[in-house]
Amino acid sequence: MKSLIFLILALPTMALAAGPSVPLDKAPVNVDDHESLQRGARVFVNYCLNCHSASYMRYNRMEDIGLSEVQIKENLMFAADKPGELMKVAMRTADAKEWFGAAPPDLTVITRSRGANWTYTYLRGFYRDDSRPTGWNNTVFDKVGMPHVLQDLQGHMAPVMRMEKSADGKEHQVIDHLTLVKPGKLTQAEYDALVGDLVNYLAWMGEPAQSQRKNIGLAVLLFLGVFYVVAYYLKRSFWKDIH
Amino acid sequence: MQKLLNWIDQRFPLTSSYKAHLSEYYAPKNFNFWYFFGSLALLVLVIQIVTGIFLTMHYKPDAALAFASVEYIMRDVEYGWLIRYIHSTGASAFFVVVYLHMFRGLIYGSYRKPRELIWIFGVLIYLVLMGEAFFGYLLPWGQMSYWGAQVIVNLFATVPFIGEDLSLWIRGDYVVSDATLSRFFAFHVIAFPLVLLGLVVAHLVALHEVGSNNPDGIEIKEKKGPDGHYLDGIPFHPYYTVKDILGVVVFLIAFTAVVFFAPEMGGYFLEYNNFIPADPFKTPEHIAPVWYFTPYYAILRAVPPMFGSQFPGVAAMGVAVLIFFLLPWLDKSPVKSIRYRGPKFKIALTLFVISFIGLGILGILPSTPLYTWIARVLSVIYFAFFFLMPWYTRTDTYKPVPERVTDK
Repeated sequence: MKSLIFLILALPTMALAAGPSVPLDKAPVNVDDHESLQRGARVFVNYCLNCHSASYMRYNRMEDIGLSEVQIKENLMFAADKPGELMKVAMRTADAKEWFGAAPPDLTVITRSRGANWTYTYLRGFYRDDSRPTGWNNTVFDKVGMPHVLQDLQGHMAPVMRMEKSADGKEHQVIDHLTLVKPGKLTQAEYDALVGDLVNYLAWMGEPAQSQRKNIGLAVLLFLGVFYVVAYYLKRSFWKDIH
Repeated sequence: MQKLLNWIDQRFPLTSSYKAHLSEYYAPKNFNFWYFFGSLALLVLVIQIVTGIFLTMHYKPDAALAFASVEYIMRDVEYGWLIRYIHSTGASAFFVVVYLHMFRGLIYGSYRKPRELIWIFGVLIYLVLMGEAFFGYLLPWGQMSYWGAQVIVNLFATVPFIGEDLSLWIRGDYVVSDATLSRFFAFHVIAFPLVLLGLVVAHLVALHEVGSNNPDGIEIKEKKGPDGHYLDGIPFHPYYTVKDILGVVVFLIAFTAVVFFAPEMGGYFLEYNNFIPADPFKTPEHIAPVWYFTPYYAILRAVPPMFGSQFPGVAAMGVAVLIFFLLPWLDKSPVKSIRYRGPKFKIALTLFVISFIGLGILGILPSTPLYTWIARVLSVIYFAFFFLMPWYTRTDTYKPVPERVTDK
């Protein structure tokens, strides 16, 4: 136990030694754009929800983004019977560990911890790497266990390398950018838009109440602004004879 | 109505208490901006208790269910997200107002005779508040909750001889686990709040016994008018109740702006790593406590291990908090308020504020050799403020103190 505290005190230094992280692309997040969220939801249930769960999220919560219960039931529910169910996944954790090296994380609040920009960059950052068991690697998640699930849409990307000097003067090969080596069903712009919708959906799913939160917040601040004026004159009238 | 009041008054000191503590409790008339934070701390305490009660109705103190129950509150409980954000923002707001309240005590000498006990109860409140915040932080059972608790409980393991047993006793297990979560829940929702309420009552009873200090640091009780009332005192109610309402509204504007528009506060009030469920097998890259503990965390990291033990750092951190108790006896100045103090105290206090904020920032950042050295310098300044206080307050120059409170 004592060694653990030393380890933890040393850890931040170790993290810093890992060097600068990859710059992230800006995700086009707008949680009030219901059409984008609906498109994202479709991609999510079709591609993500087979291996990843979203086990704090109920299917019928998607009514908040303009879908009816019937629409949800007919188009978006493959693994559940009732719209009130949580987005669980059938895959067993033990199997998942064996297949991918790690169990696929739950995605309900993943963008709240990773950030939308990270997720957006990650989903567009897969490239061919034959040294990996899945044949895939990722620019922002080195040695990732997840294969490129959207490869039939994006196609295959390969890295273009460049040399970079690190702080200690040594030259390293780093990825400059990715280039398309085998086209998929979508153009690159279409693929970016699809991932943008998906990330938008993930950002919304992380906190479905966020639009409501901001709306109520405006009303509350407006009320407090008026209350301030009242409180100010109340105080002034009570204090007028105190010198 | 009067009959009912009489009936009660014959059995319970209602009218007399109302008079003693509100309508005929005389407070100095020259309270300024800094005097809002006491009543605001009381407001935050009430907010935390009320929101806490509602969170307890839905939260599950079970390692297998805790994280999911928090997300259940955020999603499925009606306005659960609001209650939880008010509670999480309230935790940080509590420390904001308490730190400002303590700073007020420092600049106007509110800890000086005859208010030593008010100050001591206040420091005890601060200590209990730290414990309360620490226990509460484990409950969401995210990665930061888990590893933060792991690190802090391990601090106790560095105590010579009894450390290992002590940390085991606190945790109730060899690692932070379900047993730890259950007991931290008990501490957070009942044990510490009870103590906290008791201390707040003691703090206020002591305050009302001796009366409030004021920005001039002089005693208003010494100047009475012909009618027997204090010349510089005004009844707390209605004067300070209406003034505090104004303070409350301004505070609530800032508070609700965070709750509704930035509940994570850029990762400082709700940390991003805490949206990942606790995983005992995966240590996060960067573990930092929540912002209100970071000055002490920086002091902990600044002290190098001695004789192969981290204990000196832990001891320094403990002393850094406990030293506040001694303040009334370290200060030898003939005046209370900074308005009539000389340059030495003003410089010392400025350096202290810089060191406290500087350490707070360094405690958030990953440590590098340069940062560690800055943290060491700031830690020395932090302690020098206290240890050198008898010297610089005795040798400082002072301005004459006015007879009556001034209107500045």
